Amino acid sequence: MPKTVALTGNSACAQAMRQINPDVVAAYPITPQTTIVEEFSTFVAKGLVDTEYVTVESEHSAMSACVGASAAGSRVMTTTSSQGLALMWEVLYIASALRLPIVMHNVNRTLSGPINIHCDHQDSMGARDSGWIQIFCEDAQEAYDTTIQAIRIAEDNRVRLPVMICFDGFIISHAIDRLDLLDDEVVKKFVGDFEPLISLLDTEKPVTVGPFDGLYGYFFEFRRAQELATLGSLPVIAEVGKEFGEVSGRHYGLFEPYKLEDAELAVVVMGSTAGTAKFVVDQLRENGVAAGVLKIRSYRPFPAREIAEALSGVKAIAAMDRSLAPGAIGAPVFQEIRSALYDNSARVPVIDYIYGLGGRDVPPAHIEKVFSHLAQIAKSGKIDQVVNYLGLKE
Amino acid sequence: MERLTEIRWHGRGGQGAVTAAKLVAETALKQDKYFQASPEYGPERMGAPIQAFTRISSQPISIHCAVTNPNIVVVLDKTLLSVVNVTEGLDPDGALVINTDMTPAEVRSSFSIEGHRIFTVDANKIAVESIGKAIPNTPMLGALLKATGIMDIDKVAEHIRDSFGKKFSREIIDGNVAALTRAYREVRSE
Repeated sequence: MPKTVALTGNSACAQAMRQINPDVVAAYPITPQTTIVEEFSTFVAKGLVDTEYVTVESEHSAMSACVGASAAGSRVMTTTSSQGLALMWEVLYIASALRLPIVMHNVNRTLSGPINIHCDHQDSMGARDSGWIQIFCEDAQEAYDTTIQAIRIAEDNRVRLPVMICFDGFIISHAIDRLDLLDDEVVKKFVGDFEPLISLLDTEKPVTVGPFDGLYGYFFEFRRAQELATLGSLPVIAEVGKEFGEVSGRHYGLFEPYKLEDAELAVVVMGSTAGTAKFVVDQLRENGVAAGVLKIRSYRPFPAREIAEALSGVKAIAAMDRSLAPGAIGAPVFQEIRSALYDNSARVPVIDYIYGLGGRDVPPAHIEKVFSHLAQIAKSGKIDQVVNYLGLKE
Repeated sequence: MERLTEIRWHGRGGQGAVTAAKLVAETALKQDKYFQASPEYGPERMGAPIQAFTRISSQPISIHCAVTNPNIVVVLDKTLLSVVNVTEGLDPDGALVINTDMTPAEVRSSFSIEGHRIFTVDANKIAVESIGKAIPNTPMLGALLKATGIMDIDKVAEHIRDSFGKKFSREIIDGNVAALTRAYREVRSE
């Protein structure tokens, strides 16, 4: 029987890790770490899991230890956040290039400075081209559910790539929410046993891992193969989401359309603000405004074709970005959405709304403002301003 | 109960505002309600003004933002009344529940508060006499329950016994339940 509980997003993810019972968890035990590994370490101490818990001296070492343990053939998990992810950066590329199915939570928090510990997506955006699969979650339930699915996605033989589960710092990580936990046995069965393709420790089948490949080698071809594997994970993410729905009753796709079928105005958003946007859409619908939301779940790989199709019927779109790309035209989600829509026959106007940096609050009134801007664009057919800022003190 | 009840807690670090917000959420679960409890994190230190939020609803809650227009405001420390604008965004008919030895009428005139329904209780005195420490969160919870009727006091008491049981001694638990029920009885309205 699933159990309904009151947990923070972090505690929910720690419970998922307990149920998954990974072979190795390597983590740096203090700030900017999360309470996920803090709680998980108590499960290790109590003997509730069989995990080898490696305490390391930095996030760079944490990811390095994960790479080693995964190449040795273990099921490996870790968690990080903000500056911690930034310090892992160079090793992230090695984990994905070695095709190691490491699963990691990234509790989305900004990068300093000025010094700020609050939510935005800048940390994940720094790793968006690192070859990791990135799945964004709206609430604690999704973070828990996605943790379980991530194991299956990462370890699928068609994928074999690391997965980063992203959810909003403090807003989700430290807030107590209501959610359902699956039975331990159901999770155990769903994730199954890990069967490594290679193991550094298998002396019968010696392999070279991470060799040198110079100017006249196959580096380019290798990276192209990795790119193909990343794109090829899209159907796997969808399949696993569907199968998870069969055991839990909660179905997941590459993205979530909300009241989008007949929508004229659409907001594209990732993370917890998607929930607030849905609330606003419900209110607007009561007043006869055909509003909808497209919540991105799989950001890497980006399901461009599917999203372009889902947005093909709308009259105006706002992409919402909880990060900045200084010097670019708008921020990453906007760039991705506008690019995905370029090949659609109808040219739908798209604007960018940058919001919530450094944890700036996003009340429903802010999202209402985005929709009224969209209504004005849909009516006139003209974009007055491409890149906009929500809740900026001006 | 309304479809969505929003509570803002004002306290100082160490007074248990976060624990109180959490207790309300966990008790709501036992009544099959939906809830969110979120502390506002900052440079936490003992004595610094802090806020925490609780939402309770009979429907799933999808919004993820700070509570800016609460139905209920709970003030765990009377010295905050002159430091923080505790009534900011509070529903004109909303309840303001304050830990103070003053009467609601005295609070209203001293701080020129217009509108809202004011409730007061001397939670520090109750906490010291029942628990032995001036941690006002459980008595304030009792006052909140009486002032607003958001939940059944017996359910909350039962939850305190269940959840505190793992961490605290029998004496502390009994003290907290006594503080809860005494504040429930002693809260003053206008």
